[in-house]
Amino acid sequence: MRLSRHRTRSALAVAGVTALLVAACGGDDDSSDASGPDTEPAGDTDVDDATEEEPAGEQVTLVLQTFQDFGYDAALEEFERLHPNITVDHQRMGELRDFAPQLAQWLAAGSGAGDVVGLEEGILLGYIENPDAFHNLLELGADELDGVYLDWKWDRGITADGQLIALGTDVGGLAMCYRADLFEAAGLPSDRDDVAALWPTWDDYLAAGQQFRDSGVDAYWLDGAAGIPQPYVMQNSDVFFYSPDGEFIGDTNPVFREAWDFAVQLHEEDLTAGLTLWTEDWTAAFERSEFATRPCPSWMTGLIENWSGPDHAGLWDITTIPGGGGNWGGSYLGIPAQTEHPQEAYELAKFLTSPEGHLFAFDEVGAMPSSVAALEDPSFTSSTSGYFRDAPVGQIMAESVAGLEPIHLGALHQETWENIFEQALNRVDAGQQSSDDAFDQAVSEAQALQ
Amino acid sequence: MTTTTKPPPGERRQRTHRRRISLRLGRFEVKAAPYLFISPFFILFGIFGAFPIIFTVYVSMFDWTLLAGNQGFVGLDNFSRLLGDSLFWNALRNTFAMFIIATVPQLLLALMIANLLNRTLRARTMFRMGILAPYTTSLVAVGIVFGFIFAERYGLATYLLEMIGVGQFNWRNEQLPAWAAISIMVDWRWTGYNALIYLAAMQAIPRQLYEAAAIDGARRWRQFWTITVPLIKPTILFTVILSTIGGMQLFTEPLVFNYGRIQGGIGRESQTVAMYVYERTFGGTFHVGYGAAISLVLFLIIILVALVNFTLVRRSIRTAEG
Repeated sequence: MRLSRHRTRSALAVAGVTALLVAACGGDDDSSDASGPDTEPAGDTDVDDATEEEPAGEQVTLVLQTFQDFGYDAALEEFERLHPNITVDHQRMGELRDFAPQLAQWLAAGSGAGDVVGLEEGILLGYIENPDAFHNLLELGADELDGVYLDWKWDRGITADGQLIALGTDVGGLAMCYRADLFEAAGLPSDRDDVAALWPTWDDYLAAGQQFRDSGVDAYWLDGAAGIPQPYVMQNSDVFFYSPDGEFIGDTNPVFREAWDFAVQLHEEDLTAGLTLWTEDWTAAFERSEFATRPCPSWMTGLIENWSGPDHAGLWDITTIPGGGGNWGGSYLGIPAQTEHPQEAYELAKFLTSPEGHLFAFDEVGAMPSSVAALEDPSFTSSTSGYFRDAPVGQIMAESVAGLEPIHLGALHQETWENIFEQALNRVDAGQQSSDDAFDQAVSEAQALQ
Repeated sequence: MTTTTKPPPGERRQRTHRRRISLRLGRFEVKAAPYLFISPFFILFGIFGAFPIIFTVYVSMFDWTLLAGNQGFVGLDNFSRLLGDSLFWNALRNTFAMFIIATVPQLLLALMIANLLNRTLRARTMFRMGILAPYTTSLVAVGIVFGFIFAERYGLATYLLEMIGVGQFNWRNEQLPAWAAISIMVDWRWTGYNALIYLAAMQAIPRQLYEAAAIDGARRWRQFWTITVPLIKPTILFTVILSTIGGMQLFTEPLVFNYGRIQGGIGRESQTVAMYVYERTFGGTFHVGYGAAISLVLFLIIILVALVNFTLVRRSIRTAEG
């Protein structure tokens, strides 16, 4: 009797202690931390300082928050020279996957976000459908900028009811990187113009792949099937996974199913190496010459150079992608509604996304411009890459984005593609699941997202 | 303080007045001071412990996303959605599997190591410090190194296994290899830590007990199971509970192992519940309400599992008292 009472009591004690420990240890993954009002972000103080200073000398400090490296050092110097009353506090927030949730929390909490913030294109999609946290830039005078940018780039910043919440910084473009030496060994043309002529369409790309496979060269035609659907759908449809009214159509969109089946066919023809993007094996495969082609946006060319190593200099080349054009990646600048200085923030965003601002960023980190004038500027179009056999990278990339038509993606597009369908295709490519099973599983996961 | 504003009265009156104030202050001090002294804990706990828990409960009953804000009260909808969410059950299964694969060998091994280190050894301090070294290593560095070791095709583990003829494993995209690899990471890091805790407890056991046992003819193995283990039972229970909490909240190791992919493998082969909470709360939909519901369920599961483990371990170690 006494023993059992003692037991219940200590059991209760254990439960209590566990609860405390769990609460104490439950750090970052605890959602309530995020939305709690006691979050005191670092950026806040700067904004307050600025408001206090304002009446004295009309001196304004703007906080600019970006992720990774937007290449804005020189551009900001120039901006401050042109606007002596504005100081820009540029806060680099690290990786996108850390910054995006932070920004969402600051916007939800109503404080902490900068006066101008960087938005990656996939992240922007979520805000397009929930634009309340951002200023409508058209009310700040952005209608003057219509026509400055590529149409589809400008279009993606506009909400269903016609508000403009973000201005384009860079784009990715999309070309095809290929191994000229392996092409030669397989008896295929290796000159970039001839290669472009070899695959005007995806069917031609498949045919060239079969020829490559049959030649007996010890490499796959491409790294993985998952690289195909995105450019394929963007070239051939104006919707992807979601209809303009927000309904999931990934299971019924015929163009997407076509792209999926085509990707699976590449796998079944034994043309793919079955590699998943961003894994150690994938990056190691560049150095081991495991595959001959890879769709590549402009920002990937530097990575390919790194991964392939100096031994492969002059072996990679770059040409147009089958079907003509494409884009992968790119960002925007938006102005959170919580800013105290919307007009000055607009001036900053406008400057950084002007052709001049784009070219500053291109000089600094090679960010590909999204404004028509900068894309046509000789300093961009004449850019070449020594590693890729002196390929005119600027010109090829500019062509890849020039002809793109706007496409409706929807708030959940990035999530649906990267985390559901791309992974499903990877499972097929790795031989883990049949095409139909993987597709059905992806559809049900996507439907559960909403 | 009030005395200074008054005109200077007689010395005696002033003294009694002061005495009365100090008496009152003294009484207040006696009553309130203890609470004041312990209040920092309660204030901090209130802010960082109690409030988040209560707020999580609150949020879990709303359709609340970070992008669209609070969309209204939905009662227990988030919880019923959870029951039908195959991704959650998958994450729960992974978490349990990795907890068992990692924790059981880890604690047994720690016990053995501690027992070895408890003997008189040459360079004992070096060994004792050495086993703690993995614990002081940055988790991200551990993740990167293990990422290389368990890379699918060109990794060290694959190379070694092929040398002895076992063949290839798909480290990230097959459940069992993924669980095993992550468990090895967890064990590598935590075994030494637990061993050190056991060692500290073992040193408190009086030498005479062993001497007496030796005279009675008990060998080392026998001494270990009938003296050492029962006498450090409270410490074992402590590590079991800590490992349960840590194991059920496993997050960083599988995340880094999967190159930062919060889904953990292309078929979610090694996604834990904590990762799933993060994915739902801070990815894509930013669904805070649903994330809160999952964390709350995880919280309850941890308490339950800790209780079960506590009982199991206590039953299985016999002590003199029963």
